[in-house]
Amino acid sequence: MKNNIERRRFDCLVIGAGGAGLRAALQLVQADLHVAVVSKVFPTRSHTVAAQGGMNAALGNLTPDNWHWHMYDTVKGGDFLGDQDAIEYMCRAASRLVIELEHFGVPFTRLENGRIYQRPFGGQSQNYGGEQAARTCAAADRTGHAILQSLYQQNLRSRTHFFDEYFATDLLVSEEGVTQGVMVIDIESGQPLIIEAKTILLATGGSARIFRTSTNAMINTGDGMAMALRAGLPIQDMEFVQFHPTGIAGLGMLISEATRGEGGYLINKDGERFMERYAPHALDLASRDVVSRAIATEIREGRGCGENADYVLLQLHHLDPDIVKSRLPGIRGMSIRFTGIDPVDAPIPVFPTAHYTMGGIPTNRKGQVVVPLHHAPEEPQQGLYAIGECACVSVHGANRLGGNSLLDIVVFGRAAGNHIIDFLADNRFHTPLSEASIEQAMDHIQRWDKKGEGESVADITKQMRVMMEQYCGVFRTQDVLDEGVEKGRELLARLADVRLGDQSKVFNTARIEAFELENQLEVAMATLLSAAARTESRGAHSRLDFPDRDDREWMKHTLYYNRDGGVLDYKPVRTQPLTVDSFPPVERVY
Amino acid sequence: MIRFSIYRFNPDKDSKPYMQDYQLDESRLEGRKMLLDAILLLKEQDESLSFRRSCREGVCGSDAMNINGSNGLACITPLSSLKQPINLNPLPGMPVIRDLIVDMESFYRQYRTIKPWLMNDEPEPEIERLQSDEERKKLDGLYECILCGCCSTACPSFWWNPGKYLGPAALLQSYRFLVDSRDKATNERLDELEDPFRLFRCHSIMNCVEVCPRDLNPALAIHNIRKMLLKRAT
Repeated sequence: MKNNIERRRFDCLVIGAGGAGLRAALQLVQADLHVAVVSKVFPTRSHTVAAQGGMNAALGNLTPDNWHWHMYDTVKGGDFLGDQDAIEYMCRAASRLVIELEHFGVPFTRLENGRIYQRPFGGQSQNYGGEQAARTCAAADRTGHAILQSLYQQNLRSRTHFFDEYFATDLLVSEEGVTQGVMVIDIESGQPLIIEAKTILLATGGSARIFRTSTNAMINTGDGMAMALRAGLPIQDMEFVQFHPTGIAGLGMLISEATRGEGGYLINKDGERFMERYAPHALDLASRDVVSRAIATEIREGRGCGENADYVLLQLHHLDPDIVKSRLPGIRGMSIRFTGIDPVDAPIPVFPTAHYTMGGIPTNRKGQVVVPLHHAPEEPQQGLYAIGECACVSVHGANRLGGNSLLDIVVFGRAAGNHIIDFLADNRFHTPLSEASIEQAMDHIQRWDKKGEGESVADITKQMRVMMEQYCGVFRTQDVLDEGVEKGRELLARLADVRLGDQSKVFNTARIEAFELENQLEVAMATLLSAAARTESRGAHSRLDFPDRDDREWMKHTLYYNRDGGVLDYKPVRTQPLTVDSFPPVERVY
Repeated sequence: MIRFSIYRFNPDKDSKPYMQDYQLDESRLEGRKMLLDAILLLKEQDESLSFRRSCREGVCGSDAMNINGSNGLACITPLSSLKQPINLNPLPGMPVIRDLIVDMESFYRQYRTIKPWLMNDEPEPEIERLQSDEERKKLDGLYECILCGCCSTACPSFWWNPGKYLGPAALLQSYRFLVDSRDKATNERLDELEDPFRLFRCHSIMNCVEVCPRDLNPALAIHNIRKMLLKRAT
């Protein structure tokens, strides 16, 4: 069988066609490299399309600003778990890269003077914690859509090779641990394909779909993270899952922070603007973890709205309706469509909703995947790269700031592209593929050809999502997390008995969902076990039984391996920036 | 019970397509209101039922299909707006791969034909290319297109002139660059469109406007391109 599999060869294979993958591909194709992008959906359907509010850069078009203030806010926003060299690199590069996107054609909203419009977002300050800054460059409330379209268009112009609707199942790794290629399935034909590549870049996005109520697209199933785990690599800081304060209650659709940036605020059942109690200075524009905890607390203490007192309200109707219509048209449409409420007239019911995976495949600021091998905690894996939400650089630390993810993807997409170009100059040849690794990848694919009666993919998926919501939510305790670990292990054991009823080849989406379930369960276990071990509260990881941050014990990154039922390791935070002084951990108030 | 009649075709086993009836117990929706919510549940009953989907909020353009005779996105089509049995068919005029999944390549090819990228060979300034708020507003109603294909596959001219008429989606994108104050290839773009088929096969049937799930108006964009051509000629 395996000898009949078609093979293709490229200098670099990018997996994932969101903003990160496309930005990297552009860098590579413009350097005349032979680059291919594999994506399980047509590129413009990638989840970057759903990013609303904007992209941070200290352009200073509206308020005085500079990259160092942005860096401070990002370090503080991440509750001092972010690596400060990477954060400095990102914040310094931000302005140049927003300008570059504008030159690529992104239709940013404009100011009177023709420059890019910027809006205030959570956790942004002038002068290291002073007045609110307006740092988020926006194309109305469709910034992700605008950026993804422009990046795809630039790739079309440069003739990047696309494998649209191909699903990557496994990395092909040599006995020496060098990544040599990827096994993919052509979704349309159902046939496997081996893609050999001298360098491989994972840009597969996040995994917040492991939670029942999620702002994420259905495709966000942590595929790249799980592929890394199966290849024996660790994933980092998976306990840090961002719950966005304002998903539509019960449904999960994202209502952008831009609503609060434009002047909206949250109220409880008494009509009280409760953020005054939790963040007297920043109010509704405190960091997302802070606002989400505040909402969850209001509801726990009985001040939620509605029949079941299980949500709070986001009020916009005090704003000029024309501002809402011109700057938040997508949000308004979404609210009308899914809740029947026009935010120009009445407030929107919202609830903290799983949104973003701060953790991911460990990398350095060049996008190289780094793991503890022999001598140091961060030795680069030759030829293997990861960027965007599937990676953990870590610029977001324990909590990402709004507007920093669109920035992250273009900054590190470009940086990884550049490093790959350099690497390929010295590494010009493919190495012979490991037959053992092909065999292993084929076994994995053929596992789903097993016939007979068994549980369904849909049942296990559903139970996993409910379990994650119940046992690994905004507030966590040891008992609940430990129980979650048990439940997760049970689901993992049941996975062996799952059978596909539909064994057909052509565009079998049920088969893809089976692979996605495997990936999600891997990521869910990483999340639960990492969370159960971290006995402190930091950023988005909030432990009722350990309410304080513990810098002495826990200012370190978690590394999770999936061997032996899950093994944890730790590595230090890179507190030393590239050129400026380190921001030492201090108490975090907004 | 909600009743459905859904187009089925699996080339692995079917020699020709057929319609299959499905029923869904409304309580299983648990308050969810959209057509996509319902067909996701149908897929739990019958995992062989195949369709594309991703964002489930109307921004990615994956789940375009023909719903009771009209093209739309399943994720933002309320079940309450649909007469039963709900008839679901693949987008019209496109080769069917399986069930509700069509081969979109001819649609994407027309999109690529119009060179959908900003062209400006003037030296790049260190800052953004300035654009007034007024100039930028001309892109509203154009840049929001999600390439779902609802409009072009609802257009008889697109069906009748395959590969020749660009179709509403590609023309809308063409106009998006024609009116972008930063784009300097206006003449070149208009040259490409001045052809008996590419642009002029639009007969103002207006199906595109009716079905666009983003409330965009490709017909108006096409009309405006014609005006630009006319103005250039005089």
